[in-house]
Amino acid sequence: MTTRDQMLANIKANQPALRPVPTDFTFTSVYPDLTKQFIDVLTFVGGAALIVEDFAAIRASLQTQFPNMTSVATTCPELADLADVTMNVTDPHELSGLNLAIIEGPLAVAENAAIWVDERQIPQRVAPMITQYLVIIIHQSTIVPNMHDAYKLLKVDATGFGTFICGPSKTADIEQSLVIGAHGARSLMVYILP
Amino acid sequence: MNKQLTLDHADAALEFNKNEAKVDWHDETLWFVRTKRDRAVAQIPEWEQLREAASQIKNYGLSNMHDLLIQFEENAIRNGIKIHWAADGDEHNAIILDIIKQAGANRMVKSKSMLTEECHLNQFLTDKRIEVIDSDLGERIVQMRGEPPSHIVLPAIHLTKAEVGETFHEHLGTDKGATDPQYLTEAARQHLRETFLTRKVALTGVNFAIAETGGFVVCTNEGNADMGVHLADVHIAAMGFEKIIPRAEHLSVFLRLLARSATGQPITTFSSHFHRPRPGQEMHIVIVDNGRSRQLGRPDFRNSLKCIRCAACLNTCPVYRRSGGFSYHSAVAGPIGSILAPNLDMKQNADLPFASTLCGSCSNVCPVKIDIHDQLYKWRQVLMKEGYGPGSKTVAMKAMATVLESPRLYRMAGKVGRGVLRFAPITVENGLNPWYTQREMPEPPAESFHDWYVNHKKA
Ligand code: SF4
Repeated sequence: MTTRDQMLANIKANQPALRPVPTDFTFTSVYPDLTKQFIDVLTFVGGAALIVEDFAAIRASLQTQFPNMTSVATTCPELADLADVTMNVTDPHELSGLNLAIIEGPLAVAENAAIWVDERQIPQRVAPMITQYLVIIIHQSTIVPNMHDAYKLLKVDATGFGTFICGPSKTADIEQSLVIGAHGARSLMVYILP
Repeated sequence: MNKQLTLDHADAALEFNKNEAKVDWHDETLWFVRTKRDRAVAQIPEWEQLREAASQIKNYGLSNMHDLLIQFEENAIRNGIKIHWAADGDEHNAIILDIIKQAGANRMVKSKSMLTEECHLNQFLTDKRIEVIDSDLGERIVQMRGEPPSHIVLPAIHLTKAEVGETFHEHLGTDKGATDPQYLTEAARQHLRETFLTRKVALTGVNFAIAETGGFVVCTNEGNADMGVHLADVHIAAMGFEKIIPRAEHLSVFLRLLARSATGQPITTFSSHFHRPRPGQEMHIVIVDNGRSRQLGRPDFRNSLKCIRCAACLNTCPVYRRSGGFSYHSAVAGPIGSILAPNLDMKQNADLPFASTLCGSCSNVCPVKIDIHDQLYKWRQVLMKEGYGPGSKTVAMKAMATVLESPRLYRMAGKVGRGVLRFAPITVENGLNPWYTQREMPEPPAESFHDWYVNHKKA
């Protein structure tokens, strides 16, 4: 017998009698203002958010937040002219010099400020981690109350990779002191469009 | 080898307790994490129902494990992932070595995986001249020091920043005496970035494997798992088979519970869902048993396989906080480790189920509702029966059994005990009485409950 078959046989012999799969596992969260809840949590985890009217406002804000930044890549058609490099590389190592990545997030969660992105927003999976600074643009209408709502809308295997991002990369491994910017982005700025 | 790892729990704890200031610091640091958990939990009104849901999903998972694993395998293969099965740690290690060799590599970058600790993968690969670098900052710190992690979520929680500064000075050339966490983390960032960019093989653990879709989820705060695998040609994911969950939608329950229970965060910074290798990449999953199917067959202990490794039970445990992770001489420390370890080796880990006050705090915080303290209690019965009980306890238990079996002896012993405590406390408060170590003996009551009852009935 192969290891596989032996393992499966042992498991089958030892598992308890079949229990029903629970049907009641999702809950409703009520927040008076979803956007405010999202921003509060994002701030709490070390990110920042700004409610903006349109792409012109984002552009203006980016110019003050990241003046004279080079090695900028974006997958937003509206901001294409801000990019001086591309994320559409064949070898992800080519992104090692990336300073700023500007991407869109199709779905955000109010309860924990997590933003979903998959290969449609990040043609190279490593982009949001390898960049020094990260900007994500979301729409207010796509903020859902909690994770149950998010998974109802998501098809997690629509692409080969997707991730929830919540704030900048961080660590507290040295005496529980929070340090922002472990291996991934040193900051996360979220623009919220209507 | 770390001296504490070769001692039994009580002796290792004694060693740890020699530095009283450090013990207090360790205790307070972990309690700080526990209070962060409490604050996060208070924000979720449906917390208890969430725990119940998680527990039920896991119960279903355990009861249907065979079919779920087959479903997972089918879907994962369809997704282009290669599946391997390993009966034990040796097989797990051999499979990984083989994949690394096939890739023509002699170096690997790794993100945190308690399973690889359990299988002693690092030592195995190092012996085969494969260089392994752990990329989680805490893991990297302990790796440089030649220590195992002392905590499953916070591997370097036992170290002060001065100790980390010293280690980095030695291994990364940071300034002598530097203790600023920001400065030290930046040094590690530069060093590990170099590593990520130059490794062809990367290994991660698995937090959740989804039967329905044939994919898996890895949660980190630093993004180290992602940096490693998205830059590597080969991604190896090592998972214990109990990581399986039936459907993607169930992730909502577990991702709401995991980080809040672990560190009090609303969710980890990255919760990455892997379903297919990126073009040109190879993706492997090694599904490991290593005693898990045996545990599945023990009705009293199978619940321990529901564990999602959040470490809430460690952080709240009064024994863990005051004895340190190394005193558990096992990959997984703390209350849950003390349930898992005797399954792996009953003789070697017979001391661990006794390393608990059975106060129940662990069971209270466990996000998947494992009856942790009950299982510890049950292990004690099993171990005593199998003859693995700690020696001193066996003698004391025998004496106690004799006394408890005879009402007359019992009353006499009570009288003597109260007298001794009152008039000659030195006979109890000495180093020979293990109960006196780290404890003050109680003030004895003036009369026994028996006498009190008899007197009151008369009145
Ligand atoms: S036993 Fe429960 S509390 Fe302890 S690590 Fe596992 S899931 Fe967390």
